[in-house]
Amino acid sequence: MKLKTSSRLIILLCALSMGVAYFTSVWKIELEAPQYPEGLRMEIWVNSIKGDINSINNLNHYIGMQTIHVEDFPEFKILPILLGIMIIWGVLAAALNTRKALFAWVAFLILVAAVASVDFWLWEYKYGHNLDPTAAIKIPGMTYQPPLIGYKELLNFLAGSLPDTGGYFIIIPALISSGVLWIEHFLFSKKT
Amino acid sequence: MKIIVKTAVRTGFMVLVIAGFYSCKPKKATNVVQGDAASKVYVAPGKLDEVYMFASGGFSGQVAVYGIPSGRLLRQIPVFSVNPENAWGYSEETKPMLNTTKGFIPWDDSHHPVLSKTAGNDDGRWLFINANNTPRIARIDLTTFKTTEIIELPNTGGNHASPYCTENTEYVVGASRFSVPPDETEVAINTYKQNFKGVVNFIKVNKESGHMNLEFQLDVPAIDYDLARAGKGVSHGWLFFSSYNSEQANTLLEVNASQKDKDFIMAVNWKKAEEYLAQGKGVKKPANYYHNVYDESKHMATSELMKEVMTLDARALKDICYYMPCPKSPHGCDVSPTGEYIVASGKLAAMIPVFSYKKMIAAIEAKQFEGEFDGINVLKYDAVLAGEVQKPGLGPLHTEFDQNGFAYTSFFVSSEVVKWNVETREVVDRIPTYYSIGHLCVAQGDSKQPYGKYLVALNKITKDRYLPTGPELCQSAQLIDISGEKMKLLLDFPTIGEPHYAQMIQADLVTKNQRKVYKLEENKHPYFAGNEKDAKVVRKGNEVHVYITAIRSHFTPDNIEGVKVGDDVYFHVTNLEQDWDVPHGFAVKGAGNSELLVMPGETQTLKWTPKAPGVFPMYCTDFCSALHQEMQGYIRVSPAGSSTPLSFSTGNTAAAK
Repeated sequence: MKLKTSSRLIILLCALSMGVAYFTSVWKIELEAPQYPEGLRMEIWVNSIKGDINSINNLNHYIGMQTIHVEDFPEFKILPILLGIMIIWGVLAAALNTRKALFAWVAFLILVAAVASVDFWLWEYKYGHNLDPTAAIKIPGMTYQPPLIGYKELLNFLAGSLPDTGGYFIIIPALISSGVLWIEHFLFSKKT
Repeated sequence: MKIIVKTAVRTGFMVLVIAGFYSCKPKKATNVVQGDAASKVYVAPGKLDEVYMFASGGFSGQVAVYGIPSGRLLRQIPVFSVNPENAWGYSEETKPMLNTTKGFIPWDDSHHPVLSKTAGNDDGRWLFINANNTPRIARIDLTTFKTTEIIELPNTGGNHASPYCTENTEYVVGASRFSVPPDETEVAINTYKQNFKGVVNFIKVNKESGHMNLEFQLDVPAIDYDLARAGKGVSHGWLFFSSYNSEQANTLLEVNASQKDKDFIMAVNWKKAEEYLAQGKGVKKPANYYHNVYDESKHMATSELMKEVMTLDARALKDICYYMPCPKSPHGCDVSPTGEYIVASGKLAAMIPVFSYKKMIAAIEAKQFEGEFDGINVLKYDAVLAGEVQKPGLGPLHTEFDQNGFAYTSFFVSSEVVKWNVETREVVDRIPTYYSIGHLCVAQGDSKQPYGKYLVALNKITKDRYLPTGPELCQSAQLIDISGEKMKLLLDFPTIGEPHYAQMIQADLVTKNQRKVYKLEENKHPYFAGNEKDAKVVRKGNEVHVYITAIRSHFTPDNIEGVKVGDDVYFHVTNLEQDWDVPHGFAVKGAGNSELLVMPGETQTLKWTPKAPGVFPMYCTDFCSALHQEMQGYIRVSPAGSSTPLSFSTGNTAAAK
């Protein structure tokens, strides 16, 4: 079944705008404490971790958390390719001009989101639970895991885990595309 | 009974008469703080001040930084005097900064902080300050609030008319207060007139780096040059110096230098001097002076001996310098924001002469000279005068300006600040100071665009203004609100040393360039250890070099053995932190020089010479974290000639065999 021209245009724009995520941070973890009023930031890019990593690693040694290094994450080799596939697939969906192609793309996006969330949570679990027992400060229960999304109090820190600019440029186009699919499916299908 | 009544009546009458006499005593100017002064100086916790004030430390040799309007002391920047608190002048890296042709000098008398300028306005890049005693000029980098360059001035005695800068910081100048024989030769003191000379040093400032270079010296007659300002706007290209002792006395100047009715304002056409230099009229002369530069990437200073200086003779090249007669030993010599008026403050005069730049140029063109003084043309007073401020007060010292056409002059003898109209030269307001004001400071008050909201009076005497602290009392600053028609006293606050002068600048011009840490990857110190794996101990003959790192909260290494009596131990401490406000200190028992205070990403070196065997604790002196008290270690010193091998470790808990 063919798509409306306006729908195709929206999908094309949505797919292309995801490219912004190559140039900006996708996700951020913010840490605030009384002695860090300006906050510490960890930025997750598609190919790297940036921000105050050294400071965060420094502080984490008190509780015996493993230090965070970009090389430890194979994801940073996969993510740029995955993002490319997401964009190209979206462009293809607009070009192929069938509801099926659009459906497949949106389904793919949802799958990526689900896998990424699980992966992110697993890493958080690994870092939050694998604490050195000889560290200067022993955490009750030996867990120190930041939230998947939202805010959480961790000792003297308020930790926030939220999408960053690049993340919004993936999430919002994905939501719009899902909306386009929904409109195409439920509103326009009856008329044709 | 009658007697008693009469006595009572007479006594009552006498009391009234005496009370009457007392009521005739003129009232002193009121000491009352009016209205909402408290709210105007209250900077709530967590809020920042609006303006920075940089005040010289006078005999402390340093610069003190205050927040205005709160008057809070924010920091003391070590410049010419050693400061064991942060190892300024004690660490191996900073010792060369205080090197001079007279050897290592641990102190000086710092007088005038001057902010760098672009297009006649304060640009917030650098602060210059002069050393009066062993003549030098220092440059403080306002990104780090650190002294990064000091240049010595040869053939100069008393670098007082300094370090005033030109409209775009092309030059900072330093003119001699004490004329001396050239080349440091020795002659009979009473041959002053024949053998002594005055000198104006022109330090060229690199536009990008700020690096200073003694471009040339102008030889001028031997009198005492006191203060200076550069022309701006219309008068850009000129400099104006006040002077006293045109009597050329060499003894009892208090009397002998106060004989003539008029001394001079020296006007110097520095653009003309540049032309003469370009024409090859300069003469290179041998001169010894040190140029000390602190390299912020190597984190260390180098001291270079310079061997010659270019000179120009103002007596031979007659159109560089002119003298304008000025009443009674002038001190301040201040140029209005437009650059048209030069206000001279004769400290023994009862009026303020205001000179006109336009009239001066016209008088020079028309050769309206009243004669020569030691080879320099003296312009006619009436030909250059715009007018006089009549009966302003006693002992005018120094003038600064606001943006609304008013000038503010300090009066030492009558202890007050007087506000007057620059164009009409009418006094419009006055306010007493407590006590004996020297210089004053209007925020950006020597620039083209003053920030005429605050004025600070820098007072010499405090007496009853603070809780007493024995014979030695603090000096004091007084904050005055000049935003309205009437000046209002807001606040007294004590100062460090004797702030001869201060400059104020709107805070955001400085804060936007602040540096928070030194980047480890930019550290080029030769003894840098960028991570704990690079920490090591190396012996070179009887020198032991310890490449030691500091991070919350341990040193690496923290156990060192194999040092022997007779060794010189160099602790090269690198702070591995990259967080703002996490310095680490370093101290070792028996350190005969000082501790270290190492900023994040910086490397600093402490030399330590143990005199006897033993085990010596070392520790961090700057509370750095919850485990700061644990940040400690030991150095074992063995007798000379012992066979203890050199070893070092951190975190190795195995017991000795």
